[in-house]
Amino acid sequence: MTDDRQPQETRALRLGVAGPVGTGKSSVIATLCRHLRDEFALGVITNDIYTDEDARFLRSEGVLPEERIRAVETGACPHTAIRDDVTMNLMAVEDLERDFAPLDIVLVESGGDNLTATFSPALVDAQLFVLDVAGGGDVARKGGPGIARADLLVINKIDLGQHVDVDVAQMVADAEKARNGAPVLPLSRKRPETVEKLCDWVRQLHASWTAGGHTPVDPGPMAPHHHAPGDTHDHDHGHRHAPGDTHDHDHDHDHDHGHGHTHAHGHAHSHSHSHD
Amino acid sequence: MESLGSGGQAALLLLADGRLPAGGYAHSGGLEPAVAAGRVADVAGLERFLIGRVETAGSIAAAFAAAACARAGRGNLSDLAELEAELDARIPSPELRKVSRDLGRQLRRAMNGIHPHPHFAALGAAPHQPVVMGVAAAVFGLGPRAAALAILHENNAGAAAAAAKVMRVDPFEVHAILARMTDRLDCLAAEAAKAADGPTADLPASGSPLTDIAAEHHRRSDVRLFAS
Repeated sequence: MTDDRQPQETRALRLGVAGPVGTGKSSVIATLCRHLRDEFALGVITNDIYTDEDARFLRSEGVLPEERIRAVETGACPHTAIRDDVTMNLMAVEDLERDFAPLDIVLVESGGDNLTATFSPALVDAQLFVLDVAGGGDVARKGGPGIARADLLVINKIDLGQHVDVDVAQMVADAEKARNGAPVLPLSRKRPETVEKLCDWVRQLHASWTAGGHTPVDPGPMAPHHHAPGDTHDHDHGHRHAPGDTHDHDHDHDHDHGHGHTHAHGHAHSHSHSHD
Repeated sequence: MESLGSGGQAALLLLADGRLPAGGYAHSGGLEPAVAAGRVADVAGLERFLIGRVETAGSIAAAFAAAACARAGRGNLSDLAELEAELDARIPSPELRKVSRDLGRQLRRAMNGIHPHPHFAALGAAPHQPVVMGVAAAVFGLGPRAAALAILHENNAGAAAAAAKVMRVDPFEVHAILARMTDRLDCLAAEAAKAADGPTADLPASGSPLTDIAAEHHRRSDVRLFAS
């Protein structure tokens, strides 16, 4: 046996979940597992900064048989593990796909990191980036690779908005602006209709990926940042998100993002799943 | 004696570079548990730790990398299983045997993507890291001494780099230690190359029992930055 690439028939859709510490990545994964486990064969890889806390949390939630949740220890380098040196994660995904073949979807949770950490296209086929309202209403406006170009931006814990003085609608509008209209999903596990939208997004992604219609898009590494001797620090980072910067675009989500699949919100389609 | 001056230096640098995407950054080479137990507390202690490490685990890894390189260089991998078993016998801690094999799988997975060669498939399910390094060196046309140097430097620099995360140290002082160790690594690599052609059972077998015990404790520790 060697570690060559997986034969296509046992290759699962690999979906990354990134975002800063405490925004609810583990909770989003637990929610997806709970709602989709009867439709899809699932596996989970967690990346902890230290220990295997996230894997233990997911196992304790009982959302999947615990052998389908595996932890990768990243030596305090969560960013490296999903971007510059994905070998440990890639092998963990491949092992899981081999041991439980055939899996439909493997969710890969990054260790909580900063706003520039996104998954390499060598590791995942698509990624969602998770922010939360409690982290500050202005975070979405900051943009950056994960916020601007992940396949889906989740704004989590929207039920907390009033308690932390965050205008959720404004935060969502800021996020949509930073993303040029790419999909933004306000989420609260206390609001079932938002959970259902998240599940629908994953269902569509899987259908599109299975049909060969999904092309991985790389959100890109952190913006170019160059400090040459004599650098006066007035360089352009190649992305613009100044407050008051006006983009004229609508928020109609029926357009194609060039991913080969559309993110139509609010459309009707049939599916079966169980709520616990 | 093979010469490092006759070409191949760039390939050696590539293999020994900590940025080679094979997951080495997740390990401290036993430094984190040594610091946690109070056995390494300052820069002088770090230097003693690193020297002790290369003279024991390092010399074993170097010899096995050199031996694997010599065999792959001759195109004869028939006694790799024996090499693997001999290396297992030199690593008392089950945890460290697993770490060595995990790192070996990762290095092989990386090399399959970077510079594929049929030799990598012949290495079995979970080969030890020094064995994979030796075969990788041979695939690049390097000799046993270069293979030994690559694993010595990679392991030593990896443990030293972890110091910045687990100790209060000045990173310049950490690299000053590495600079002082360069001659030692060259000598160890030369000795490993000499041993490579002898019987497998006679390869070096020095040990550091406290490292094995610490690795087992580390595995059971609730909060750790590094996997080992």
